[in-house]
Amino acid sequence: MYKIAVMGDRESIYGFAALGMTTFVTDDGESAAGTLKKLAHNDYGIIYITEALAAKIQDEIEKYRFESTPAIILIPGVSGNTGAGMSDVNKSVEKAVGSNILK
Amino acid sequence: MARLNVNPTRMELTNLKHKLTTARRGHKLLKDKRDELMRQFLELIRENQTLRKEVESAIGSANMQMAVAGCTVPKEVIDTALMLPKQEMSLSINEKNVMSVMIPKYSVEYKLSDPNSIYSYGYSDTSGDMDSAILSLSEILPKLIRLAEVEKSCQLMAAEIEKTRRRVNALEYIMIPGYEETIRYITMKLDENERSTITRLMKVKDMMIAENLEARHQSE
Repeated sequence: MYKIAVMGDRESIYGFAALGMTTFVTDDGESAAGTLKKLAHNDYGIIYITEALAAKIQDEIEKYRFESTPAIILIPGVSGNTGAGMSDVNKSVEKAVGSNILK
Repeated sequence: MARLNVNPTRMELTNLKHKLTTARRGHKLLKDKRDELMRQFLELIRENQTLRKEVESAIGSANMQMAVAGCTVPKEVIDTALMLPKQEMSLSINEKNVMSVMIPKYSVEYKLSDPNSIYSYGYSDTSGDMDSAILSLSEILPKLIRLAEVEKSCQLMAAEIEKTRRRVNALEYIMIPGYEETIRYITMKLDENERSTITRLMKVKDMMIAENLEARHQSE
């Protein structure tokens, strides 16, 4: 049985706690990288992470991109939508097709 | 195209012909795999984009409601209210094999079946904005899960497509032309050998006839 985690700054993610997801409040890159590693090895199937935090630990996230678990999904935080989530999708298109054909 | 470094013998020729047929078959299969993967990938990626747009705008508005709630209610009260959630979610992952890519299928199970169990607090201290924020988050939840599923599938498929495309190209532009070139080279070399053997035999025959004739002349 897997669990679902949410990572990010407090304001962005505390609503998710009520839904039954496990929240990990952090907003500095170093501790986030450690947390992510721990979560990935501990039966977390999906990890939602705010775009702002994800920008700080891009390398760590990239490692799990082609593993079957966990799925690391970017969500917008309170600071607003940076478009990083969408550009992640476009990155997949570019990788598969060679250029972005869905602009 | 670079010719392979092999001896021009009949055995090599047979081997190479076998390899060429295998390479051609592999190329065809891989090309089919790539095309089918690409078709499914494009379907998924479109779904991914629309889902992401929906989810992002929903989370954005939920965040705004949350911010309003944060203004009217002290931080400590919100923290206490959400400290011990009643609801718990667990996820089971099934994998589906699409063209040898294992894409995940998520299904969520809740500990409590009551949809109201997302409110883990008394309503007296907190503001209604928080309730509606949490409600709108819970409404978007199925889409959020589906987004994770689709996005992960897309990432995995993209990697597989890239790998397959490289293989197809390597077969099409390196391996197969190389084999063809080498086969042509060996055939020509063998033909050349054959011709030179025939010429040599003819020459030897001519020499023998001439010798015979000379011997006959002398004996006469």
